[in-house]
Amino acid sequence: MENQASNEGSLYQKRIPIYPRSVKGKFRNFKWAILAVAYLVYFGLPWLPWERPDAPDQAVLFDLVGRRFFIFDMALYPQDIIALSMALFIAAVTLFFVTTLVGRAFCGYFCFQTIWTDFYIWIEHLVQGERPARIRLHKQPWNFEKIRKYGLTHALWLLASFWTALTFVLYYGYAPELLHKFFTGEMVNAGYITVIALTISTYLAAALLREQVCIYMCPYARFQGVMYEPETLVVTYETKRGEGTKGRHPAVQGARTREERQAQGYGDCIDCEMCVQVCPEGIDIRDGLQYKCISCGLCIDACNTIMDSMGYPRGLVRYDSETNAKSDNPVQPKLDLLRIRTIGYGIFILIMTGILVYNLATRTSFEESVQQVRQPLFVVLTDGEIRNRYQVRITNKTDHEETYVITTKGIPDGALDFGGLTNEVKVRAGKSLMVQVNVKLTPEEAAKTDTFEFIITPKDKPEEAGIRKVRFSSKHEG
Amino acid sequence: MSHETESKFQNTTGHVWDEDLQEFNNPLPGWWLWTFYATMIFAVVYWVFYPSWPIGKTFLKGINTIEYVNDKGEKKSSSWNTRALLLQDMNEASKAQEKWVSKLAATPFDKINTDPELKAFVVSAGKVLFQDNCAACHQSGGQGKFNFAPNLTDDDWIFGGSYDAIQQTLVNGRHGIMPAKGGNAALTDADVTALANYVLSLSGEQANAASAEKGKELFAGAGVCFSCHGADGKGNQAIGSANLTDKIWLWANVPGAKSADEKVAAVKEVITTGLNRGVMPVWKGRLSDEQIKLLTAYVHELGGGK
Repeated sequence: MENQASNEGSLYQKRIPIYPRSVKGKFRNFKWAILAVAYLVYFGLPWLPWERPDAPDQAVLFDLVGRRFFIFDMALYPQDIIALSMALFIAAVTLFFVTTLVGRAFCGYFCFQTIWTDFYIWIEHLVQGERPARIRLHKQPWNFEKIRKYGLTHALWLLASFWTALTFVLYYGYAPELLHKFFTGEMVNAGYITVIALTISTYLAAALLREQVCIYMCPYARFQGVMYEPETLVVTYETKRGEGTKGRHPAVQGARTREERQAQGYGDCIDCEMCVQVCPEGIDIRDGLQYKCISCGLCIDACNTIMDSMGYPRGLVRYDSETNAKSDNPVQPKLDLLRIRTIGYGIFILIMTGILVYNLATRTSFEESVQQVRQPLFVVLTDGEIRNRYQVRITNKTDHEETYVITTKGIPDGALDFGGLTNEVKVRAGKSLMVQVNVKLTPEEAAKTDTFEFIITPKDKPEEAGIRKVRFSSKHEG
Repeated sequence: MSHETESKFQNTTGHVWDEDLQEFNNPLPGWWLWTFYATMIFAVVYWVFYPSWPIGKTFLKGINTIEYVNDKGEKKSSSWNTRALLLQDMNEASKAQEKWVSKLAATPFDKINTDPELKAFVVSAGKVLFQDNCAACHQSGGQGKFNFAPNLTDDDWIFGGSYDAIQQTLVNGRHGIMPAKGGNAALTDADVTALANYVLSLSGEQANAASAEKGKELFAGAGVCFSCHGADGKGNQAIGSANLTDKIWLWANVPGAKSADEKVAAVKEVITTGLNRGVMPVWKGRLSDEQIKLLTAYVHELGGGK
C-alpha cells in the first residue's frame, strides 16, 4: 500500500531504500560460513599451484587459446562439452530437488547475488553503522560526514567489484603473469574489457540494484511457485499463534506475559518489526509466502532473538510446511522426503550423476572422427574402379606426442591409399590433425560394400582403439 | 456503471473510453527507465565517434580513425569504416598463416606429401582458395561439371596430372580444341557413325562390331583422328587430346545414355560439331605465385595426381 501511495502521479516506480539491520543467529552464522567458503574458493583458486607438464602450474586454468580446460588433474577439451551440459543438468535438477524440499535455499544462501549483496551490506554496516545510523545519514543534508562515509562505502564497493572482476579473468591464464600484465598495460584488450564490464556489473548488481535483481530480473523467483508443494518447508509466520484472535499487539504494560496476552486475545507477535528490519528484500514475512522472499532465514533469527528476550517459545517465524503451519495442532516441522517429486528428482540426479561419472571415467586419451568427402561422393576412375575419400581427424588429448595407426575392417587391405603418407600418424600434444584417406574398390567389391569400419589405434594404448563406421558410396541414391 | 469500476481500480491513468474501458497505471521500474535513457546517451556518443547520419551525398564520418594496410601493401589511415576493419582482420589472418605459407613455398612439391601437417594445411587453406577461384567451373569439391569442366578428383588428366603440368595449367591456362569431323568435312554421316562405334568400343562400351571395324580404318586414315588422339586412341597430354580408351567422358554424355543408340548419338554429336569450349583461364597475375603453388598441391591431392 505504502508502495503505491508514494508513486502517486508518477509513471515510474522508485526504489525504496532498504537498510537491513544486522542480526545474530544460526541462519546468520550459516550464511557467514557459506560466504567464507565461497569467497575462499572463488578468490583463492586461481592462486592454487598444481604441477603440469605442458601448461602453467595452476589448479584451475581455462586455456582459451589452446582450447583446453584444466580442472585439477582433469584436462577437458571442447569435445567434452557433453560433460558440461550433464553437470549443468545435474545442477538444475538438484535445484528443483532442494526447492521442493526447503524452498528457495539457493536464493537465500548460495546465489552469487545474495552472497555479494550480503558482503556489500556488511561493508555498508562497517562504514556507516547500524540501521538507524544509516537511515539518519541518508536523511541528513550533504555535509562532510555524509560525503566521507558515502565516499568510503562506494570506494570499498568498487574495490570489491574490481577484485571480483579481476579474479574472474585470472582463471583464463597463469594468474601471477596475468596480474603483472594487467597492471603494466600488457593485457589483451578483451581482458581489460571483461574486467571493466564485470566491475561495473558487480557494482551495479550488488551495491545499487540488490533486491531489485531478485524481484525484477531473476526468472527463478517467478517460477519457483511451480516447484512448491504444500509439504515444502518454507519460511513461515505462524499466523494463528502470532495474531491470536485480536491480532498482534505491542508488549506494553499489562500485555507482557503470554498469559496476559492470551487472556486479552492478543497473539504472540509483539509487532516489533525486527523481522522486517533485517530483511534484505524489504518485505514483511507476516504477509505470508511471497515471490520476493529469498528464504534466507534472517527473519527467523530476528524473531527467535525477540522471543528469547520475551521469554516466549521460539519458532513464531520458522521453516515449516503449509500443511503443518495451517493445521490445528502444528507439530515439530520435518523434512518430507518421500514424495513423488522428491523421489523423481532424486532418481534423475542419481542417473545423471552416474552417467557423468561414467563419462569422465571412460574418457579416452584421444578423440577421432571420420567423415566421408561428399563433394563428390564417389569418383569413377579410368579403369572403372570406384574411389571414395575420407577425412580422418585425430585429436591428441595427452600431454605428449602420440602415434596413431589407421586401419580398416570390411574392405581389402590394399584399398587404402594415404597419398604419400603411411597409416601411422604422429599428432603433437593437445593438437588435432586431419588425414585424407582414399579408398579404391573394384566395381564388384563396391557393389558388395555398403559400409566398413575405420579403426584408429594409439600405438602404445591398443586397448583404447576407436572404431568408426562409414558408408562407401558407388552410385547416386534414387 | 463507470463509477463502480473506477472505485475498484484506483491506480489508473484516468482515461476512460466507452464508459468503462480504462488503462492501468503500472509504473516501470526505475532501473529499466534509466537503462533506456542510457541507450539514448550511448547513441549520441556513438554518432561522435562512428559514421552515422547521411548528409546529402556524403555522411557524418565521426572522429574515430582507423589504420590499415591496403592490398598494395601501403599503410593508410582514414575515418573509421568496416571495410578497413575487414582489411585489418585479413592482414592478421594472413600473418597467422605466414608460417605455413612460407613453409610451403620452401618445400619442393614431392616433399609436401610426406609432411602430414603441411598436407593438412594444403587441404584446409587450398580448399578456401579453390572455393573462391575454381569452384565456379570445377564445382566445390572439384568434381567438375559434365560437358563443361573436367572432374579433378578422378585419375584422368587431360593436360597431365604431374605437379609441373598442373602448375602450367594454372599459370598459362588451357584451351582444348577439336575441329569438327577432325577437320575433314568430307566425312559422311555413316563415316561418323562408324567412328562413334569405334570410339565406344575403345572404352569397352557396347558397339556395332561391323561399324566399329570400319571406324577403326577411318580413325587411322581419312578421319585423321590418330594425329591428335594417337594411333591407339590414348590421346596426348601435351596438346590436351583426350584419352578415348578410358571410362571417363567429359563431353559426350555416354554414362547418362539409356541405350546403345543414345551412346552412339552422343559421341556422334561431339565428332560432328567438334569442340571449342574447354577454356581454362590464365591465373598468373590474378593469383600470387604462392597461391598458385598452394592450388597446384591442392588439386594434385584431390585426384591423387599422376
